[in-house]
Amino acid sequence: MNYQQTEIPDYNFAYLDEQTKRMIRRALLKAVAIPGYQVPFAGREMPMPYGWGTGGVQVTAAVIGPEDTLKVIDQGSDDTTNAVSIRKFFARTAGVETTEKTADADIIQTRHRIPEHPLREDQILVYQVPIPEPLRFLEPRETETRKMHALEEYGLMHVKLYEDIARHGHIATTYAYPALINDRYMMDPSPIPKFDNPKMDMMPALQLFGAGREKRIYALPPYTKVKSLDFEDHPFVIQSWEDVCGLCGAKDTFLDEVILDDQGNRMFVCSDSDHCNERQAKGHRGPQNRDDSLTEEVAL
Amino acid sequence: MYVAVKGGERAIENAHKLLAEKRRGNPDIPEIKTDQIREQLTLSVSRVMAEGSLYDPDLASLAIKQARGDLIEAVFLMRAYRTTLPRFGYSLPIDTGTMQISRRISATYKDLPGGQVLGPTFDYTHRLLDFTLTANGEEPLEAESSSEGVDNTMPRVLDDLLNHEGLIQQEERVSDESHEPVGDLTRQPLEFPADRDIRLQNLSRGDEGFILSLGYSTQRGYARNHAFVGEIRYGSVDVEIAPEELDFPIHLGEIDITECENVNQFKGSKTAPPQFTRGYGLTFGQNERKAIAMALVDRALRDKEMGEEVTSPAQDEEFVLSHSDNIEATGFVEHIKLPHYVDFQSELELVRKMRREQAEQHPQRAAE
Repeated sequence: MNYQQTEIPDYNFAYLDEQTKRMIRRALLKAVAIPGYQVPFAGREMPMPYGWGTGGVQVTAAVIGPEDTLKVIDQGSDDTTNAVSIRKFFARTAGVETTEKTADADIIQTRHRIPEHPLREDQILVYQVPIPEPLRFLEPRETETRKMHALEEYGLMHVKLYEDIARHGHIATTYAYPALINDRYMMDPSPIPKFDNPKMDMMPALQLFGAGREKRIYALPPYTKVKSLDFEDHPFVIQSWEDVCGLCGAKDTFLDEVILDDQGNRMFVCSDSDHCNERQAKGHRGPQNRDDSLTEEVAL
Repeated sequence: MYVAVKGGERAIENAHKLLAEKRRGNPDIPEIKTDQIREQLTLSVSRVMAEGSLYDPDLASLAIKQARGDLIEAVFLMRAYRTTLPRFGYSLPIDTGTMQISRRISATYKDLPGGQVLGPTFDYTHRLLDFTLTANGEEPLEAESSSEGVDNTMPRVLDDLLNHEGLIQQEERVSDESHEPVGDLTRQPLEFPADRDIRLQNLSRGDEGFILSLGYSTQRGYARNHAFVGEIRYGSVDVEIAPEELDFPIHLGEIDITECENVNQFKGSKTAPPQFTRGYGLTFGQNERKAIAMALVDRALRDKEMGEEVTSPAQDEEFVLSHSDNIEATGFVEHIKLPHYVDFQSELELVRKMRREQAEQHPQRAAE
């Protein structure tokens, strides 16, 4: 395959010029060397809006090769409009193969979820990050937060979590739940539900985070310790549902609530559409998906 | 049975087709040509070039047409194109002192060497709708030009006139730019504290409305520092490049720019005698509103240098520079229309849990 050949002839492979890719790769190397540390990089304008995954797109563009297979998910699903748009962008500018199957992908770019299917050492997970600074909502100034990271001064976050417990009896953060990386840097895992936080810990795949508008890159090398913040007497817990997936009957996945009518009827379905389809293909059925008599899954 | 919502490539494609149809409007009306935009909507073109950070009136006209006249969308198109262009080198600093002047005014002197040259301005027009334009009944107009012509070596108000008495703050001049190259936001991430070169680049690319409002806020008492327009110039300047292989500069062409230099009050300090201070504004094309506002904000951002207390948004470097870029702003503001149901689901669960707990603790209140 000709490396430079893309469907849009006026642009380089994967859109970015090689000079820019080199700059991003240097930032990525630094990020991998200091897990959880936010590396400033000269993010470029991309042909899609800031806040819509430009950071993730730049990271993907810098690491993707012509032989790679790409999967893009948004909110866990391959079908959401923005995931479709980004997948098309790479199919067009890099001519790479795309897939919806987690297991078949070399690179997975994601917004707000980690796939349910465990990832392997030969895979890269690229996160789109809106606000990379976990301390931003406690301290709006970048000059201050950089100092706090340098001094490992994370008391402010612990006070915030403590105040949650004092007021509500539990920690009131459900997504973008802060974690301590490799016992050193506090990191924002991007707005994934806290349900996904444990998947980051000791993950065999390389995890890369790109924040385009804020011009920051950070990373978790394979098998990095990721500790979600908590207290000894208030340990970290993930969300759980009383319902199961209406389509595949899964009990251990992140479920989205789907409103069925204006009478308050609703059902739950897996947010990870590929995982759900795979289970259904294996014959698993949920309570709302019983029109043929295959293996019956538990319906509560 | 529930059918999974397919966001769908077809839906996106159809939306794009509809957009193209709406852009074209009623096909019975002749299609607008980009050269018409370039020649007749020149101030839109100026703004799109300035905030798009790319001087190219033809591309800006195309962007305006493609964006259906949405100037921020047009700026976005320019930026996304600009970022893919290779860098051959950096031009020599432009010399606004040798500008081919179309307009030059000073508010600080009644008359001055070189004179007040009004040029093409809306100032002093009465804002009455001119219905002859609706009927396209305008006769081709030609302005009378003076036989005297404009002196293109006219002195600069701040450097050449006020400076005689040492009444104006001296700008520090970097002696050797190869040792201290000018910063470039499009190649380096913004870091704080930012030097003035970076601040000025940021303001020049920044959103006109944002800079205008910040400048206005300084006039209304938030970091009040009364400013006079020392000089505004609009016209064309030469752009030159000095390739390493040659020891003489090469003329690349001309660009139209607007420059504004403000004169501000300053009381003086223990080390500096009382003198006027400066604010500087520069934009591509003709855009006086932006240049004046930029000069106000530039002055406000020089607070630390002047030993002034930071009390107001316009003086706050992080606040101003982090929020001035309308492409960053529009992207992030509008991204909240993207699906957020996973995060929202997490919040739903939490609110239900908190309500349940409250109902258990205060069963009466819940029953009310």
